[in-house]
Amino acid sequence: MIKAILIFNNHGKPRLIRFYQYFAEDMQQQIIRETFHLVSKRDDNVCNFLEGGSLIGGSDYKLIYRHYATLYFVFCVDSSESELGILDLIQVFVETLDKCFENVCELDLIFHMDKVHYILQEVVMGGMVLETNMNEIVAQVELQTRMEKSEGGLSAAPARAVSAVKNMNLPEIPRNINIGDINIKVPNLSPF
Amino acid sequence: MPAVSKGDGMRGLAVFISDIRNCKSKEAEIKRINKELANIRSKFKGDKALDGYSKKKYVCKLLFIFLLGHDIDFGHMEAVNLLSSNKYTEKQIGYLFISVLVNSNSELIRLINNAIKNDLASRNPTFMCLALHCIANVGSREMAEAFAGEIPRILVAGDTMDSVKQSAALCLLRLYKTSPDLVLMGEWTSRVVHLLNDQHMGVVTAAISLITCLSQKNPDEFKTCVSLAVSRLSRIVSSASTDLQDYTYYFVPAPWLSCKLLRLLQCYPPPEDGAVKGRLVECLETILNKAQEPPKSKKVQHSNAKNAILFEAISLIIHYDSEPNLLVRACNQLGQFLQHRETNLRYLALESMCTLASSEFSHEAVKTHIETVINALKTERDVSVRQRAADLLYAMCDRSNAKQIVAEMLSYLENADYSIREEMVLKVAILAEKYAVDYSWYVDTILNLIRIAGDYVSEEVWYRVIQIVINRDDVQGYAAKTVFEALQAPACHENMVKVGGYILGEFGNLIAGDPRSSPLIQFNLLHSKFHLCSVPTRALLLSAYIKFINLFPETKPTIQEVLRSDSQIRNSDVELQQRAVEYLKLSSIASTDVLATVLEEMPPFPERESSILAKLKKKKGPGAVSVSELEDGKREGGELNGGGERGSDPSAIAASNASTPSPSADLLGLRSAAPIGSAAPSAGSLLVDVFSEAGPAAPSSGANDDNFLSSAPSSSSLGSEDPAPPLPESDELLNKFVCKNNGVLFENQLLQIGIKSEYRQNLGRMYLFYGNKTSVQFTKPVEPLVEGGAQVQQVINIECLTDFSEAPLLNIKFRYGGALQNITLKLPVTINKFFQPTEMASQDFFQRWKQLSLPQQEAQKIFKANNAMDTEVLKAKLLGLGSALLENVDPNPENFVCAGVIQTKAQQVGCLLRLEPNAQAQMYRLTLRSSKDSVSKRLCELLAEQF
Repeated sequence: MIKAILIFNNHGKPRLIRFYQYFAEDMQQQIIRETFHLVSKRDDNVCNFLEGGSLIGGSDYKLIYRHYATLYFVFCVDSSESELGILDLIQVFVETLDKCFENVCELDLIFHMDKVHYILQEVVMGGMVLETNMNEIVAQVELQTRMEKSEGGLSAAPARAVSAVKNMNLPEIPRNINIGDINIKVPNLSPF
Repeated sequence: MPAVSKGDGMRGLAVFISDIRNCKSKEAEIKRINKELANIRSKFKGDKALDGYSKKKYVCKLLFIFLLGHDIDFGHMEAVNLLSSNKYTEKQIGYLFISVLVNSNSELIRLINNAIKNDLASRNPTFMCLALHCIANVGSREMAEAFAGEIPRILVAGDTMDSVKQSAALCLLRLYKTSPDLVLMGEWTSRVVHLLNDQHMGVVTAAISLITCLSQKNPDEFKTCVSLAVSRLSRIVSSASTDLQDYTYYFVPAPWLSCKLLRLLQCYPPPEDGAVKGRLVECLETILNKAQEPPKSKKVQHSNAKNAILFEAISLIIHYDSEPNLLVRACNQLGQFLQHRETNLRYLALESMCTLASSEFSHEAVKTHIETVINALKTERDVSVRQRAADLLYAMCDRSNAKQIVAEMLSYLENADYSIREEMVLKVAILAEKYAVDYSWYVDTILNLIRIAGDYVSEEVWYRVIQIVINRDDVQGYAAKTVFEALQAPACHENMVKVGGYILGEFGNLIAGDPRSSPLIQFNLLHSKFHLCSVPTRALLLSAYIKFINLFPETKPTIQEVLRSDSQIRNSDVELQQRAVEYLKLSSIASTDVLATVLEEMPPFPERESSILAKLKKKKGPGAVSVSELEDGKREGGELNGGGERGSDPSAIAASNASTPSPSADLLGLRSAAPIGSAAPSAGSLLVDVFSEAGPAAPSSGANDDNFLSSAPSSSSLGSEDPAPPLPESDELLNKFVCKNNGVLFENQLLQIGIKSEYRQNLGRMYLFYGNKTSVQFTKPVEPLVEGGAQVQQVINIECLTDFSEAPLLNIKFRYGGALQNITLKLPVTINKFFQPTEMASQDFFQRWKQLSLPQQEAQKIFKANNAMDTEVLKAKLLGLGSALLENVDPNPENFVCAGVIQTKAQQVGCLLRLEPNAQAQMYRLTLRSSKDSVSKRLCELLAEQF
């Protein structure tokens, strides 16, 4: 079972957190900090698995993670999951995001947190894997978008706000963080 | 065009996020967030009704604020309102908020359930999916109660859309995990199993998680899934990479599903049906063959997916452990991976090999990789991989390679990561002991261990080396010599001083002949470390000094002077002062004979399970210790005085035999299933339990001076034969006493055992009456004899140290005629005996009930009535239980509620109980809530047998 899915950036700022087992809010934040601490000090060419840390699980749990450009995708799973299988699943999730957002970048995750949750819901449900076929997932997301549109799309102003932000020169966050896309042109995809 | 429309967002939200991102400091950010929270709060509280869009926007903002790590304590109601909106997007955000922010105890669950009910009935597949997601994510018991009946129907109905089926399968799984008693598969079983044959691979993917979980719990009911899983797997494995279209991932057909199928098969033994088995073996061979084929793509995702299946196949082969051919192929494949350039594969290969090492077919094959593994331990850059390598070395160790492996592990220890040092130390200590042929090697290894990683050497490790040295006279001289040399290092670890003090005190005479280690030199060497040591070590050294006086009379003046010095005899530490005073007196008053008797050499320790192994098991859980190891442990464990269970179930009742004047004192070998924990001055097991954690302190502390000094206690009187296993009916006999304290515990043609007992707080006293029903005397090993028709009495004092679930065992041995009678019963001491009733008003009760609402704090059972449902009888039983029976608390007068506090030495555990009889169905529902999950569980088990 997947116990938690955490996405944070290179500075440890959470971009999406999803717990499939109940933890109190402050505990959730502690887990994020601990996980970031464990994961961020590892080189990019070491293995993608590590023991789960003290807060979540114990010896039966593993953190399985991938590092894409500015973002870490960490899945905390128990021993009933295949390690390589979960790595593939992370890749499927990221490729799906890439397809849905067209060259996804960290800003998409920030400004469309709700959408990212909806996409994740099509992949993982209650800690178990619902679907691994990317086309199926994308079809579901498209269906949602159509329903959203039919309910009367609102003004396009926010899109302008987003692009305005994207064009701003923010020193602390690298802009245009390409996560790589399905056909993997992968300039920034980590070597794993 | 992107699948997600980036344009149709919410302007207010985007502006807010931009604001936050533009904040220059943490303070500014918090200020902005507080402003927004205030704004949202006033909007929610305001008179003006908000439209759906605004609610959606604010809820979304709250989600974002939550993500940043701020508590959200309002907005739940607005989110619930969104659920009943007709607009999809509003409903969707409502459900999202609830899934992320509402936990299973929320009071809103009832409202949420209503909305879910409507959506499930809507027959709109998108709405149904949203509702199912919500159930799966929150997964509370109330949801299970409301929907556990409905969801299987949705899952197997012919007209359900595939996407809904997928969600329903996982939803059901989640409910099964939270409330297995409410999800009754019964009639659905076969239809659920047949989902493995479903056309839609997504449905199979979701269903297989459900089936795997159900199979683990009810393997028999679901065993038809084996043949279905094999045929599904075979179809996938033999398909061309294009057959499965969308489910082909980087040229590998359905990797995720294949892995899950192989996992499902690991819940079962190899298929009995020859055809099925043949097909499966064929699949496994194909998978192994494919690993050797050239890759169809250079992408890492391709090899990743392929290897994911391969590793699962290898796990299955290891699980079956019956196909030597496949096992060896698996081992060779893993051997290749050990040197692969992918770190992930090296890691996984080491991990799989660990389990492979415990199979007799492949143990030898694994051993051939020893050099590679040692190399990995030395050169891997990644600590995760090094740790796996150390685990594997431990697993592949046997007599033939122990010396090499222990040496490598020792040298690795010098620069090992801090996080794994303690575990490494334990492993080295275990291997050194387990495979020691030559005990001087063992002593060297442990002393090296202390030298290299003294801080990580736990007490168990140095106790154990002393235990072994004392038990083997061939190594004593060597140990004394080595430890003497080790102590000469200018800085040595305190643990070394402890071992040195103990060993020289016992066996210093063996090396005293050499002028380089004359008694006085030995003493001066030890005493030079004295001032740098902690109090317990100093106490141990003082005891070593008095032993020196006995061994070497010529050191007496020097040592007496040391003892007499102010720093000893007036030491501010009571323990040290007392020792100094007593030893000084002892050495000046007692004659040499008396001194020699008092300070006689320590008797050998009884053979027992290595306490180190127990510690490692506890540290890592059974998974980390190889199977054969565990079995070894158990075999040894059977020998010892109640230590066998210690690792897994530290139940702790201290029973001391306090009735020495009673004629029956020696009648029985009274054995407790639990470690004997309290200080029991005359108990035979004291010596043994010096090494248990719960036991009286280590030899260095004061509580057991007599153990340190005296000769063997009379533990041998317990009899040489092992106690019999508990009688089959002993559980039933135990249950009779849950709600009462007095009565006849056991009766057969020869013997009757009556019991009277009383309890106060965490203490209890039990009187046992043994009546001889025959006209013939019971003879040895009974001491004294019990005449025909006579009765003897025994008193047991009981102290509850911490909560427990296993009752202590009572072993009775006597001879009747010529035949040895050996009976083992469970002593009727159950956790509820230590109940203190607590009276409380209705309001208090419910408030506390709600406080204890974590799922693990509750235990519940629904069971059929065994006896007539008579209110008065029920009341009497509940009163006998020991808790307070509370009137006028439950709104339903038929129900009973009780409250009490379990008193143990370690802690007090508050317990609340609710018993709901259903006279019509002749059923009860019993619910226990307490602050400790093990207590709720145990009380629930005990009580369920009573009504």
